[in-house]
Amino acid sequence: MEIKVLHQVMDWNEDVSEEVKETLSAHHICMINVMGSPGAGKTSLITSLIDKLRKDWRTGVIEGDIAGQVDAERIADLGIPAVQLNTDGACHIEAMSIQHILPELPLDDLDVIFVENIGNLVCPAEFRIGESLRITILSIPEGDDKVEKYPLMFTDTDCLVLNKYDMLPYFDFDEKIVCANYETVNPGAPLFRVSNRTGDGIQELADFLAEQIRKAQS
Amino acid sequence: MHELSITEHLLEDCIREAQARNASRIRVIRLCIGQLRGIVPDCIQIYLDMLAEGTIAEGARIESETLPVKVHCMDCGKDGEITPHHLQCPHCGSMRLKLLSGKEFYIKSLEVDIDGDKSTASGNGLE
Repeated sequence: MEIKVLHQVMDWNEDVSEEVKETLSAHHICMINVMGSPGAGKTSLITSLIDKLRKDWRTGVIEGDIAGQVDAERIADLGIPAVQLNTDGACHIEAMSIQHILPELPLDDLDVIFVENIGNLVCPAEFRIGESLRITILSIPEGDDKVEKYPLMFTDTDCLVLNKYDMLPYFDFDEKIVCANYETVNPGAPLFRVSNRTGDGIQELADFLAEQIRKAQS
Repeated sequence: MHELSITEHLLEDCIREAQARNASRIRVIRLCIGQLRGIVPDCIQIYLDMLAEGTIAEGARIESETLPVKVHCMDCGKDGEITPHHLQCPHCGSMRLKLLSGKEFYIKSLEVDIDGDKSTASGNGLE
């Protein structure tokens, strides 16, 4: 016989995500989930943003990685609290992983936590991790078809960063397509054009984050 | 491959729901998945085959219904269905759209055997 269920499949993750949110909010911490493909420039961009934000906020990092320590070492060079979250091959971070690793950070002494998610445009979008803010990074060499191919990553984000923007003249990247598609799936959401290599656009993005951090903390 | 951890929890949920109704076996799990989600039903089936071994869901079949992306056009005011590959209003071509649905992901129903009722046994080779 058939039994009706109507049960949201992702509730198990959403529930823990809410618990993480409560823990962070009790500590007045804004957690920023940074997502994008491998090579989009997540680690470099986080490093640059921390440089801009650290004078006003005490910042920590959770470095998601399938395996290895390379990115965590780059972040640790900044001299701020950083922990490595190895997912042992899994393609995304779940709320539960964040809940387990949070106690390893000095929560009483932090205002902002950056989470570098696993490099992937599909899986991380499916999992809320208790973040206050989501950033999706798309770099110019990846191509202009990514919003259509991976809509959830662009629908469920709070801002889109077009990184490696200085590469635009060298690639057949139709910026108009990306902007129009992004506006369609995520109306009114902000978009930043950034080159982490030249530093162009980083300040604007940092200013936007500063505003969001203030909002999350109030 | 994010379907692995999703399937683990899906299986737990289905077994809990089935046992709450005194079901002795789960035959079919019916899912509804919005077209904007990156969930592949075939992957869920493969992981379920592995994970359900020895449980009342062993041999259960995943049936999934894809739910369309529905939008409301901010320019012509009409509602319509689109696909992720044509992100524009089907009526006027505008790209100023408000998303109404397409991100769903839920268990709709289960086909189960209740003790003493084998009427729906579908001959999946387990008996």
